[in-house]
Amino acid sequence: MIEYIGNNFDLILTAFGQHIALALIPVLIGVVVALPLGYLAVRRDWLYQPIVTITGVLYSIPSLALFVVLPVIIGTKVLSPLNIIVALAIYTVALLVRSVADALRSVDRTVTQAATAMGYRPVKRLFGVDLPIALPVMLAGLRVATVSNISLVSVGAIIGVGGLGSLFTRGLQLRFAEPIIVGIVLSVLLAAVCDSLIVLAQRYFTPWVRVGART
Amino acid sequence: MNDDTSYLFDPANWAWASPQSIPHRILEHLQFTAIALALAAAIAIPIGLYIGHTNRGAFLAINIGNAGRSIPTFGLLSLIVTLVGLGKLPLILALVVLAVPPILTTTYAGLRAVDPAAVDAARGMGMRPLQILFQAEVPIALPLILSGLRSAALQVVATATVAAYVGLGGLGRLLVDGLSLNQYDRVVAGAVLVAVLAILIDVAGSLVQRLVVSPGVSGRVVGVGKASSSTSIPEAAGAPA
Repeated sequence: MIEYIGNNFDLILTAFGQHIALALIPVLIGVVVALPLGYLAVRRDWLYQPIVTITGVLYSIPSLALFVVLPVIIGTKVLSPLNIIVALAIYTVALLVRSVADALRSVDRTVTQAATAMGYRPVKRLFGVDLPIALPVMLAGLRVATVSNISLVSVGAIIGVGGLGSLFTRGLQLRFAEPIIVGIVLSVLLAAVCDSLIVLAQRYFTPWVRVGART
Repeated sequence: MNDDTSYLFDPANWAWASPQSIPHRILEHLQFTAIALALAAAIAIPIGLYIGHTNRGAFLAINIGNAGRSIPTFGLLSLIVTLVGLGKLPLILALVVLAVPPILTTTYAGLRAVDPAAVDAARGMGMRPLQILFQAEVPIALPLILSGLRSAALQVVATATVAAYVGLGGLGRLLVDGLSLNQYDRVVAGAVLVAVLAILIDVAGSLVQRLVVSPGVSGRVVGVGKASSSTSIPEAAGAPA
């Protein structure tokens, strides 16, 4: 095992780097798209049900299917990494819009009324009161999206896009367990690290949650 | 677009006589899904019920759930195939590992979310522990347990496409063969069929959920469900919009 890692260090590192980019860029895109959509779903009540239904259908499309059909729809090359990024961004949006909408909806009415009474204008109230209170629920959705993205990227290797999945196809072709084990361990580790980072961010940005729990 | 869908709508590809035709691929796909899901449910539901009922080992359940979600199924499948060789067993094993976490965590969470007052009432009526579990806790937790099964089914249907990569059948065959033959319409046919199958299974799941969940629990009976919640409505409705 150690010998394998030593001999193929550059290859593993490249695959790992690609994996990180392919998994995390869609998360960023997803957050940027999902926040306004989720906000809209709360502000315009009649939009909530259609948005939840559409994102539910999008989420049920299998990843491999989406990876290979996207080129037809958006005109990219079949083997382009863009397909993976767009597909995973769609999943992230599908998952996060619902979390954002549910999180904003769960903000206590009396709190927003108090903020308005204190002179908060709508935009300032959104960023100063509503979003911080909604943060734990939104971040819970972000954790699921991030972890599932990281494990989904490896499917991209079947259609020839890099990432840790390329270690799986290589091991499979050579009947050689080492690259596969390295790939699985790195993928799980990456998921664990990203997950913990989000948890830490939540603790830092919502200190009142812990204070409230103690009393 | 017509070129891209020619494989899907060619009647020759739907002929039952050919064992490689689309109907056979769908059946193989459903077979993998059903076996994996049944095995996963047989493992995860009893454990989830035990942990949820006794509240012992909750830490374990949550961690298995989180760790399980992050294991790449394609990697696990590749590993099992390299270790034990080709066949259906590696595929089923990998899919079971994929399906256990969502079922386990929702079964556990469903039981924990049952109102303790309902459990006390059941005990007060003289129910034994097993009666409490199956006549009070499980019916109340059923919507969550079923939602876990449904999301597991979705993931398994989607992921069963990787079977083709290790030489097995199923709808993934169309994707993998189409890619290697550069027959794009075949790829599109596979992708569309898997997506449709996933959506149909989800719809079927929601119908089953409507059938088996007690109307009192799902809130579809006006008399029972609404009566208890109507006590809290006046305050909410009274607040100025």
